Amino acid sequence: MTSSAVREVGVAAPAAAPAPPAGRGRRRGRSDLGWALVFVLPLFVGIALFYLWPIVRNLWFSFTEWGPFGDSEWVGLDNYIELAGDATMGRAILNTLGYTAMLLCGVPLAIYFASLLNRPGLRFANLFRTAFFLPYVAMPAAISMVWRIIYNGDFGILNYALSLIGIDGPAWLSTEGVALVAVALVGIWISLGFNLIILSAGMKGIPVELYEAASLDGATRWKQFTTITVPLLTPSIFFVSVMTVIAGFQVFDLLYALMGTQNPAIDKTQSVVYYFFTNIKTGDNGYAAAIGVVILLLVGIFTVLQFRLQKKWVTYV
Amino acid sequence: MSKRRIGARESNTIAYVVLTVGSVVMIFPFVWQLIMSLGTNADVISIPPSFWPSEFKPENYLNVFDRVPFLSQFWVSVGITVIRTVGQLVLCSMAGYAFARMYFPFKGVVLALILAILMVPPQVYLLPQYQIIQGLGWLNTVIGIAAPGIFSAFGTFMMRQFFMGLPPELEEAARLDGANQFQIFWKIMLPLAKPGLSALAIITVLWSWNDLLWPLIVATSAESMPLSAGIATLTSGRTITDYPMLLAAAMMAMAPVLILFLIMQRRVIDGVAFSGLK
Repeated sequence: MTSSAVREVGVAAPAAAPAPPAGRGRRRGRSDLGWALVFVLPLFVGIALFYLWPIVRNLWFSFTEWGPFGDSEWVGLDNYIELAGDATMGRAILNTLGYTAMLLCGVPLAIYFASLLNRPGLRFANLFRTAFFLPYVAMPAAISMVWRIIYNGDFGILNYALSLIGIDGPAWLSTEGVALVAVALVGIWISLGFNLIILSAGMKGIPVELYEAASLDGATRWKQFTTITVPLLTPSIFFVSVMTVIAGFQVFDLLYALMGTQNPAIDKTQSVVYYFFTNIKTGDNGYAAAIGVVILLLVGIFTVLQFRLQKKWVTYV
Repeated sequence: MSKRRIGARESNTIAYVVLTVGSVVMIFPFVWQLIMSLGTNADVISIPPSFWPSEFKPENYLNVFDRVPFLSQFWVSVGITVIRTVGQLVLCSMAGYAFARMYFPFKGVVLALILAILMVPPQVYLLPQYQIIQGLGWLNTVIGIAAPGIFSAFGTFMMRQFFMGLPPELEEAARLDGANQFQIFWKIMLPLAKPGLSALAIITVLWSWNDLLWPLIVATSAESMPLSAGIATLTSGRTITDYPMLLAAAMMAMAPVLILFLIMQRRVIDGVAFSGLK
């Protein structure tokens, strides 16, 4: 946000400076309006119709209750009061927070792999990058099919591998408490490639001279990593963390595709978005709308929190 | 000097080992899926697990067509992906250019309204969107699934940032030659915007092809679903009996994007990195 503002000033200043006094600037302002309408209006009509208006409307829906034939009735804060005492919703929020926390554990892993990929003189870097990125492009609904088999309690590969070292693994996806961890592991597996690419691009921006100077001073690789790489990478780490939190709060695809709708553990494992989806499917639209507003508040609170905390640990050069 | 180089090579050995192990973990599910989709059900559920089919059954892939309206779902996926990608490229590049280079009243307010959407989780507008699509009579249609995704705040922001980074002198010269805004945009700026456009196209294709929640809400009949929803509903409800056929169906659903990625991996990765840096 700040960098774009800076750039805007940077671009606007030279464009305005050579303009001769009075007339021209104003004339241009007038002539641009026509073109601006042609360029912006088609997009803005769509944005207003499909996003801005629905946001307002959803807020209104959250104060209503819906009958079976799509008729709705104003109930004030009833939905929110019900949500406040809804144990399933409480559980769903905790699950979503837990899932997001686990997903964040993938960030250090991505930093580590990115630092390996960015080593000078490393060969096959492109091949490794492709391999790590593959899960990110795969359709979650489709790749979940394989993970269901890998996680299967009876014939899954994971439990077979564990049995080789004497561990008796659970039915990963249908055991309460365990299922969320299993889903999060797939979530980390998918997001690792994206995080890796962003972090690796950030690492390329760190001047080589810093490392040369450090190694002349006798700093070990680990010392260089902790005193140069990580501090200078904090803007990228911050970006990746914000994206991870947003993705974590949105988790639906993986839960739906991995666990299925008939899973006995789904009630105790579902996320807020999953609960939203369930209410839509059963026609409880007012309640679903209120859940949507709660998700908005949660994402808002956590994004603000992250931006506040950022001042404490992110270093911009 | 030579000592340092030897030292570097030694520690890179560890990097190779770790990266190779990591890559195997990343790729294994894909390879195993491909192998098992060609085997029998007994192979999939065998204990200990098998890593090679006891008998090759490529007909699993043909059976998919009997169990799922695969072709119609494939064309729905293609349809929504093409409509959204083309729509976003046209609308986002035009609006992004206007926000970067034109002067018009309320520009800041309009841009702020569009950017505000980026902060709002999709669940907040899904239900009213559904009603609009329903009101238009577009439930269970390709255009109905594609419609909201044509208009992208993210794409507009990305293209704006890109155009702001291009030198304004080029336009000034064209303007002096008497070119109008559209000619400047079409003939000068758009060709320069290819890296931004391809990054936007890549992201839109990935997102459209794999999108699940919205299609599950708008499409209720199997024929009108895209592959993502088709595969998800096929595997989510009842107990699974024919694993190899399901693995084959899942393979076919994700294959187009996987193949596209493997062919253009450099571009896809650069495009996603580009979108992240903006």
